[in-house]
Amino acid sequence: MEEHLVDWSRAQFALTAMYHWLFVPLTLGLGFIVAIMESIYVKTGSEFWKKTTKFWMTIFAINFAIGVATGIIMEFEFGTNWANYSWFVGDIFGAPLAIEGILAFFMESTFFAVMFFGWNKVDKNFHLLSTWLVAIGSNLSALWILVANGWMQHPVGMTFNPDTVRNEMNNFWDVLLSPVAVSKFLHTIASGYVMASLFVVGVSAWYLLKKRDVIFAKNSMLVGATFGLITALFLTLSGDESAHQVALKQPVKLAAMEGLYEGRTEAGIVGIGMLNPEKTLFNEAEEFIFQIEAPYALSLLGYHDIHAYVPGLKDLVYGNKERGIMGAEEKIAKGKIAIEAFEAYKDAHELKDSENMAQNRLILDENMQYFGYGYLKNPEQIVPPVAITFYAFHIMVALGGWFLVLFALVLFLLTKKDIEKFRVVLWAAVWSIPLGYIAGEAGWVVAEVGRQPWAIQDLMPVGVAATHIATSNVIISFTLFALLFTTLLIAEIKIMTTQIKIGPDGGH
Amino acid sequence: MISIKNIFVFYIDGFKNMKVGKSLWKIITIKLLIILVVLNYFVYDKTIKTEFKTADEKSNFVYQNLKGK
Repeated sequence: MEEHLVDWSRAQFALTAMYHWLFVPLTLGLGFIVAIMESIYVKTGSEFWKKTTKFWMTIFAINFAIGVATGIIMEFEFGTNWANYSWFVGDIFGAPLAIEGILAFFMESTFFAVMFFGWNKVDKNFHLLSTWLVAIGSNLSALWILVANGWMQHPVGMTFNPDTVRNEMNNFWDVLLSPVAVSKFLHTIASGYVMASLFVVGVSAWYLLKKRDVIFAKNSMLVGATFGLITALFLTLSGDESAHQVALKQPVKLAAMEGLYEGRTEAGIVGIGMLNPEKTLFNEAEEFIFQIEAPYALSLLGYHDIHAYVPGLKDLVYGNKERGIMGAEEKIAKGKIAIEAFEAYKDAHELKDSENMAQNRLILDENMQYFGYGYLKNPEQIVPPVAITFYAFHIMVALGGWFLVLFALVLFLLTKKDIEKFRVVLWAAVWSIPLGYIAGEAGWVVAEVGRQPWAIQDLMPVGVAATHIATSNVIISFTLFALLFTTLLIAEIKIMTTQIKIGPDGGH
Repeated sequence: MISIKNIFVFYIDGFKNMKVGKSLWKIITIKLLIILVVLNYFVYDKTIKTEFKTADEKSNFVYQNLKGK
């Protein structure tokens, strides 16, 4: 497959996914923040909280409306640009996506109407229930797509059927409850909650800086910062579990996240550092130009044992017999055996030679877990772009730490001091809104760039997953998307800023 | 019948009284038109589903691709 074509297809998918992710996190988190605000209104009967709820609900609606259906384009791309992949994954992807579609349509759409049209028309409690169901429905939609992504990171619960050339789900619960899928779901939705909290705190800070709608801003900020602090702590915990799963299931990604070429026991985590661009698998150059390390932390994070050995890229590429680590060369050999057995099985099937079919099926099944390696040309190909993975991971972690500090500081100043006097903190809160988006995108870069070259971990590299279509077509559609999504983003920012400037007393 | 009428009125009233919602519906309509008509029929018009009718044809197409790598 022409590398240029694969790169453009990947770039197009990355563009679509990254733009889509600009809209999703706010929906995931703001739904719950609005539901909390409305709960306060229903409990207290205060018109102030009704007005506050309605304002944030309008912001939620703007984001939802602009973002809705942007994910559909990715499904189109599966069919056109990634035909081999979409057929090969079989019903593993189909089932979760179908559930997502049904849930999104019935649950969100039905209660969305009650949430927006039902003020003063339906019972207060029923309205509140609808708001909670919209929030839960949005998160359940995310569950299914993240389960599908979790399966790509760690394929389980299926058997490859050489007759249909598809993976067939044999255990739905293994797919749904895979530790990778569960930790991915929890970490991702938590990042959405933090993003939404940053948004509420940041917008409220802007009102305080402008000295307008002060009571509204302070109360919104209190809800936002409290929700933010709790969910940022949860984000840290789910991130810890996520990293543990990466260590167990995708050790190459973990090594890239930490720029770890040489494996070691009692490995530390780099807090701040700059990778040495001269460093490769083939030389003994230092890994970093400089670094400040938290000792033992990587062993602890990855394997929950401060003395654990963390394999480096060299171990994983070339193998380490002493540590029982199989190198990529051996995996490539097993992968080639799997592919040859697959072809021999198909030939035997054609000739109706059942004995040969059974024999090759056995060989295929034994080596299937290395199937994708058979398409690699050399062991070094299993290494993802180290610099991108490393810096994206460290940006995400550093920003996550900052958000925790910010929420705690805002809560302290709100409850113990007069926050209006701390203009630097207020400006920091405003500027943390884009930082939240950067952190979320960086997280996806770690997850997806860090698992290259795989479309499906160990089973299918991206070069095999892509469809052989004209590169010019992909470039044209890439440009079309860039224009469409940029227009949508501009529309969102414009409508949202207008609504924020109007404020809580304006029309919704 | 009364409940169906109520639901109908509920939606009609809701749409009539929208403020910012009117602009949002315009954006949603244009976007869906682009995605479901332009992209679906002109950009992503050729997929494994449109090019091959039977499961055997589809699996054979993918097999040839996997084999030929």
